[in-house]
Formats: sequence, structure tokens, C-alpha cells
Amino acid sequence: MITGAYVAGTSPLHRAPAGGKLAGLALACTALLLAREPWSVGVAAAGVAAMYALARVRPAAAWAQVRPLRWFVPVLLVVQLLITDAGSAVSLTARIVLAVALAGLVTLTTRMSELMGALERGMSPLRRVGVDPRRVSLLLSLAIRSVPVVAGIAGRVRDAQRARGRERSIRAFAVPLVVGVLRQADALGEALQARGLDD
Amino acid sequence: MTIEVCGVRHSFESRTVLRDVDVTLTEHRVGVIGANGSGKSTFARLLNGLVVPQHGSVRVDGLDTRSDGAEVRRRVGFVFTDPDAQIVMPTVAEDVAFGLRPQRLSKPDTRQVVDEALSDFGLSSHRDHPAHLLSGGQKQLLALCSVLVTEPKVLVCDEPTTLLDLRNTRRVLDLLSRISQRVILVTHDLEAVQRMDRVLVFDQGRIAHDGPPPDAVAHYRSLVE
Ligand SMILES: Nc1ncnc2c1ncn2[C@@H]1O[C@H](COP(=O)(O)OP(=O)(O)OP(=O)(O)O)[C@@H](O)[C@H]1O
Ligand SMILES: [Mg+2]
Repeated sequence: MITGAYVAGTSPLHRAPAGGKLAGLALACTALLLAREPWSVGVAAAGVAAMYALARVRPAAAWAQVRPLRWFVPVLLVVQLLITDAGSAVSLTARIVLAVALAGLVTLTTRMSELMGALERGMSPLRRVGVDPRRVSLLLSLAIRSVPVVAGIAGRVRDAQRARGRERSIRAFAVPLVVGVLRQADALGEALQARGLDD
Repeated sequence: MTIEVCGVRHSFESRTVLRDVDVTLTEHRVGVIGANGSGKSTFARLLNGLVVPQHGSVRVDGLDTRSDGAEVRRRVGFVFTDPDAQIVMPTVAEDVAFGLRPQRLSKPDTRQVVDEALSDFGLSSHRDHPAHLLSGGQKQLLALCSVLVTEPKVLVCDEPTTLLDLRNTRRVLDLLSRISQRVILVTHDLEAVQRMDRVLVFDQGRIAHDGPPPDAVAHYRSLVE
């Protein structure tokens, strides 16, 4: 979902400034939080669909944005049904899916570097309290870049484990995974240094 | 420009990994070969100050890696074996642009430099691809591209083709022989070493042989027999 999902395009949404999109996202999520009525959720859903259409995102790419929620949604729905009525449960779940879809739309239409630039500018007032926005945005880029790398390590560890007939051992999975991630972090630190990040 | 390694000895914990290493490198293409654990990677890391020797000194262009590490690293680019560990940004173009940050170019200038570099490396069509979706060879090309775009004077490569197939190995080696930068190549590929001007053979932390490729390879073979 956040692994640099940017899909190049020329739609108005692609051309909109990253800062504006982030601000819009924040506003929309707040509005979603407040919108309880079924009709307003319906309007929001139509709005999100319209935005996707405006961005000319292929349905497959759109689905990829909310796909990670497919396990989470039923669980959330069941929990909500236990504590509130059906209407509120559906409304809340739908609003969460819509918020994720909107966030996904921002990542689909915005280059990571532009997002980072916007975040850097947004965080620049924090400079006064000793936060270096460039460091924070670098940290975020690294975190995003690390998702597929860690997933790759996990995949290799699982394969190695299965090749040796240890299908279900948590320890046989977790230990090499942690070691692999730490080793990767070490190598990354060295690469950053080699690429001149220490000045 | 000269790289001078003077009287270097280095240990990790109680284990001496490099000893009596004294060498001055001025050739355009230098190869480094030797058995696993003989100290090649440690030697390579000395050259850009990733490893600072416990005894002796390493100077690049007159700059000591001990006191001017950052300056040295600006002159000495480094390519590691595992491309995944060197790509630090989520997409291809962003990773190339990352190395340009210290130069504080304008946005259009950065874009132009990045685009030219990507087209040199045949990566233009992957400009906005997530880096993790590239093949191993393409990742290594990207890692090379991202380092070369910063215009180092020397490029140190620690087994850059170990994870690559025949075709990508050839691509990377061709590239290394084409670029104007000086190259120091650590490798187990005895064929690749034939293209070098000078080859160092490491054995148990020492430079056991130093000379033109055929002699060096013969010496390396004699160590094994
Ligand atoms: N960071 C470290 N900490 C402890 N020991 C290390 C470290 N780096 C290297 N060594 C040890 O130093 C010795 C030389 O390692 P080095 O990586 O330089 O060998 P190499 O010639 O590159 O081998 P290979 O061909 O396998 O890559 C090895 O015995 C290794 O275990
Ligand atoms: Mg090595």
C-alpha cells in the first residue's frame, strides 16, 4: 500500500501540489470522522469514487490500495456489531475504508519525493524546537523503502524454513528474520555513510 | 590522484584481518582477488574510510580517511555486493536524486541530471518504478548509477556482480571498463580481472602478490594448490 505506489499520470490530481493534497486529505478524514448519517457516508463514497475517476486510476490499482483491509474489515464489522447497532457498525467501517482509499489516492497520484518535500515544508516550524525536517523526511523515505526489503527477507526466511521441513516453528521464523533485518539495517547504515550522509 | 595505504594493520576483536598493507594505487583499473576472509572487503572499506585502520594510514588525494572521512567519501564512490542494501529511496529516480542532495541543485537541474544518468544506464523506462520491483541486475545498475551520478573520482566495487546472471554481469563489467573514473574492483571473477591494469592478491590479510593480471591469477591459483 505504501511501497511507492505512484502511478505516473497527467490528471488534475496528479498535477495538484502535494502539500494541498495532504491538507485536503487531513480535512477529508476529519469530515469522515464527523459524518455519521448513512446519507453522508453515501455522499462521501460517491465523492471518493469521483476522485478516483478524476485521477483516472485503473480499478486494479484502486483495489490494491484498499486490498490490505480485506481481513481487517470483517473483524472490525463483527466487533462493532457486538457493541453498537448495525447501522453504526456499517457506517464506521465504511468511513475507515474511505479514509484509507483517499490516503491511497494521494500516494497513487503523488511522487514520494514530492510528498516528502511537502512534509518537510510542513514541518519546518518544528525547526525551532530542534527537529530537522530533512532528517525526518529521510527517515520516512527509508521506512517506506524498508517495507518491501523486510517483506523480501521474511519471504526468503520462510522459504528456507520450509525447505528444511520446519513449517510451523515461530522461532525458526522469527530469529533469522530479526537477524536478517538487523544485518540489512547495518548494511543500509554503511551505504548511507558511503553515499555521503554523514555530513 | 593517488591512494596511499601506509603500514596498515587492522583487527576485529582479537583477530588481525589486515597486516603490513603498504600500497600506492595510481592505475586506472585495479583488481583485488583472494580467498574468502582474506581481507579484501576490509581493504576496500579502508579506501573510503568506512573502516579506519587501527595502525597506519590511508590517504586519498592527500586526505587522510581518519580526519577527513566525509571529504574522502565525496571522492570515493562505493558499490556493495547486495544492491538491496544500497538503494535507500522508494523509487528509481528518487534514489538517483538522493545522491545529488548535497549539491543543492534546482529541481529542473536535478531532474535533468537524473534523467541523463538513467538513460545512460538503460533505466529510463523504469524512472518511477518502485526500486524493489527491479531485477537483481537492474538494482545493481541502479546502485552504480546512483553512485556515479555524484561524480566520484574513484569507484570502489566490492563484488558488484556476485548476485548477477551472465548478461547483467557483462553489463556491469562493460560499464566499469567504460567509465572515466578510476575503478578498484574486488572480485572472485578471474576473467573480469584480466581487464585490469594491476591486480592485488590478498592472502590472510597480506598482499601476497601485486602485478599484472596473468601473474596475479597464477599466484592466486598457486595459493590454492
Ligand atoms: N565487522 C567485522 N567484525 C568482525 N570481524 C570482521 C568484520 N568484518 C570482517 N571481519 C573478519 O575479517 C576477516 C576478513 O573479512 P573480509 O570481509 O575483509 O574478507 P573478504 O576477503 O572480503 O572475504 P570474502 O571473499 O568472503 O568476501 C574475516 O575473518 C571476517 O570474519
Ligand atoms: Mg568480501
